[in-house]
Amino acid sequence: MGNEESVFFSRVLTELTLSFHIIYATVGVGIPLMIMIAQWVGIKKQDEHYILLARRWTRGFVITVAVGVVTGTAIGLQLSLLWPNFMELAGNVIALPLFMETFAFFFEAIFLGIYLYTWDRFENQKKHMLLLIPVAIGASFSAIFITIVNAFMNAPQGFDIVNGQLVNINPVLAMFTPAMPTKVAHVLSTAYMTSAFVLASIGAYRLLKGSNHVYHKKALFLTMKIGLIFSIATAVIGDFSGKYLAEYQPEKLAAAEWHFETEKGAPLMLYGLLDDGEVKYAIKIPFALSILAHSNPNAEVIGLDQFPENEIPPLYIHYLFDLMVTIGMWMTALSLIYVVGTWLKMRFVASKWYRWLIVLGGPLSIIAIEAGWWFAEVGRQPWILRGIMRTDEAATISGQVDLMLLLFAGLYLVLAVGSIIVLTRMFRKNPVEQELSDRELEKEGDLR
Amino acid sequence: MILEIIGISVLWLFLFGYVIVASIDFGAGFFNAYSLFRGKQHVLTRIIQRYLSPVWEVTNVFLVFFFVGIVGFFPKTAYYYGTVLLVPASIAVILLAIRGSYYAFTTYGGLKQKKWTYLYGLSGLFIPASLSIVLTISEGGFVAESAPGLELNYWSLFTSPLTWSIVVLSIAAVLYISAVFLTWYAHKAQDEPATELLRKYALIWSLPAIITATGIIVELRGHNPEHFSRLMDLWWLFGISFILFAGTVYLIWKRKAYGFAFGLLTGQFLVAFFAYGVSHYPFLLYPYLTIYDSFTNEAMAAALIIAFIAGLGLLLPSLYLLLRLFLFNKDYVQGKRDDHAKEE
Repeated sequence: MGNEESVFFSRVLTELTLSFHIIYATVGVGIPLMIMIAQWVGIKKQDEHYILLARRWTRGFVITVAVGVVTGTAIGLQLSLLWPNFMELAGNVIALPLFMETFAFFFEAIFLGIYLYTWDRFENQKKHMLLLIPVAIGASFSAIFITIVNAFMNAPQGFDIVNGQLVNINPVLAMFTPAMPTKVAHVLSTAYMTSAFVLASIGAYRLLKGSNHVYHKKALFLTMKIGLIFSIATAVIGDFSGKYLAEYQPEKLAAAEWHFETEKGAPLMLYGLLDDGEVKYAIKIPFALSILAHSNPNAEVIGLDQFPENEIPPLYIHYLFDLMVTIGMWMTALSLIYVVGTWLKMRFVASKWYRWLIVLGGPLSIIAIEAGWWFAEVGRQPWILRGIMRTDEAATISGQVDLMLLLFAGLYLVLAVGSIIVLTRMFRKNPVEQELSDRELEKEGDLR
Repeated sequence: MILEIIGISVLWLFLFGYVIVASIDFGAGFFNAYSLFRGKQHVLTRIIQRYLSPVWEVTNVFLVFFFVGIVGFFPKTAYYYGTVLLVPASIAVILLAIRGSYYAFTTYGGLKQKKWTYLYGLSGLFIPASLSIVLTISEGGFVAESAPGLELNYWSLFTSPLTWSIVVLSIAAVLYISAVFLTWYAHKAQDEPATELLRKYALIWSLPAIITATGIIVELRGHNPEHFSRLMDLWWLFGISFILFAGTVYLIWKRKAYGFAFGLLTGQFLVAFFAYGVSHYPFLLYPYLTIYDSFTNEAMAAALIIAFIAGLGLLLPSLYLLLRLFLFNKDYVQGKRDDHAKEE
């Protein structure tokens, strides 16, 4: 196997691992917050249903965490195994947040263990809830630190290169790159948003499939509200991200928007097809790209004409960008209508078709997460460290990457099937009505 | 110079932590499977599950910590080890992944089948075997540096007696460490049948563990004479380690002070592990890579050490809390309380 093939298979394997990992990682970041909110609402309102909600989410959460942890270990090692040259260089500058990420992970792991095994140990539910705070903090902070590493790859700084040597290294400066604030904020808000919509989709599904319990209605309303808040936050941060790209990574924005010529008052292209360098069927919104990039309809936006051919990312990222944004907008509207509709006691939000739309929302949000990451990562091509190291210089020279790709693909298949079977079994066998009546009996037993 | 030593010592300590907690974990899985095979599962399963459930995730972190830390402190290791370890490390990761997620699936998800328990038990022995390859490679002689880059010579690696001795040692040590710990734990749980069974396992596995450990020192004499002579300079440390070993076996044999016996065992492995590490100094990968030419820049080293101290300030109290609530909680250990969110 030649170097070119090693690079190709390394890229495919990394993409496969990350695409699989982020599904579990995203809910791993978001769900602890949802559990915390549910338990807090339960304590505040003295409502058993919310406590039970927290308890049942927790049970499912353990399964997703397990897969998240093992695939996270895989990508952690693959960074060095598949990209040894990159890690050797970047390790000098970016090791600090990587190291801190493992601390956050450690912290979360310890308290998750305690939280899971102390459900009935404390008389006071508040004490038990306190244990969840470090879990949620640990989960969010691992996301923050690892996103900082990714932000560095997009906008490396904190060092100088003199005659091929790294000098003047400043690990703290390397963490606070221009890409970091928008990336971190976007990752966190979309993780919370996605988790909320995934949980909402489960609630809606149960309501559609026979159970008409008030428990599911409470769950649905709570998660849709949280989802709405974070989808609005995501939209605002998305706008900042556009401005960041225009300033620091104009080639990514230009490729995403099929913006070929540098011009003032640039229009935004929605959808469309690229055929031999010609854009067809696109919806053109005049001045919108200038507004997105610089908040000024007449501002100049740099186009792809400013970059050498071999530094332009693949143009298909436009489709990924559109997919992400469309789903984001759709979910914002869906949750807004649901929340307002519920307040105004409108009928249609409880109708079958609307609930089916909510069921669809969970998988759609996951697709948006995937599309967003593919866009962000492919949009950085051909660089692994933008402006410093190209991806093909970073990969391993080992000849066995293709075999490893097959092995890992098999692993992810097993994990996907296993986790889906376990999760559905868990909740099929023990529906909420059953659990509520069991708990009722238990309490009576205690009183007697 | 002092920073390099601090860096490698910290990492070595974490690797040691992983060796101990992972050994308990891997061994427990194997004993569980073996007792199912012999129709004695009712004796061990509850004890093992009670210990493992709250800590299984923490075990994994020790390993992640080590490999992230070594790339942080010694970035060149990413290039040297990353290139040559693709296959063995990937296999270890896949086994770890299947094992870890399977644990969660069965414990919390109610996926219970005999064949899984067997697979789980066996995979636990393959993981230390595939990870210990790294130790063999670090001794040198299996990696060739050529024009396109580094290459691992699988043939000489798999035909070397040193490789297989280290594999056998890792398996024997896993079973020995695990059995001693679980004997203590079962005794604390006042579970007499489990204590007796595990005590027997501990005594059985003590012998191969010590024999292979000694055998490897002898083999190094031929494989890497330079390393061997440095090992000999530290003979007294290995002597102390052996005395601690004898103490553990004596206590287990006499059915006395199991907790102290486990303490002696930890000491035995700690001394031997550090003596081995010190004798390896200054090489990370003989003869290509020393801790000096691979060490990161000063600014990063200082930042990492500050982060490390701050992190420990957070971790140690949390770990203490975890141990207080489970390992050292009498009611929990004796199975009088479970308090978890899953259904029976």
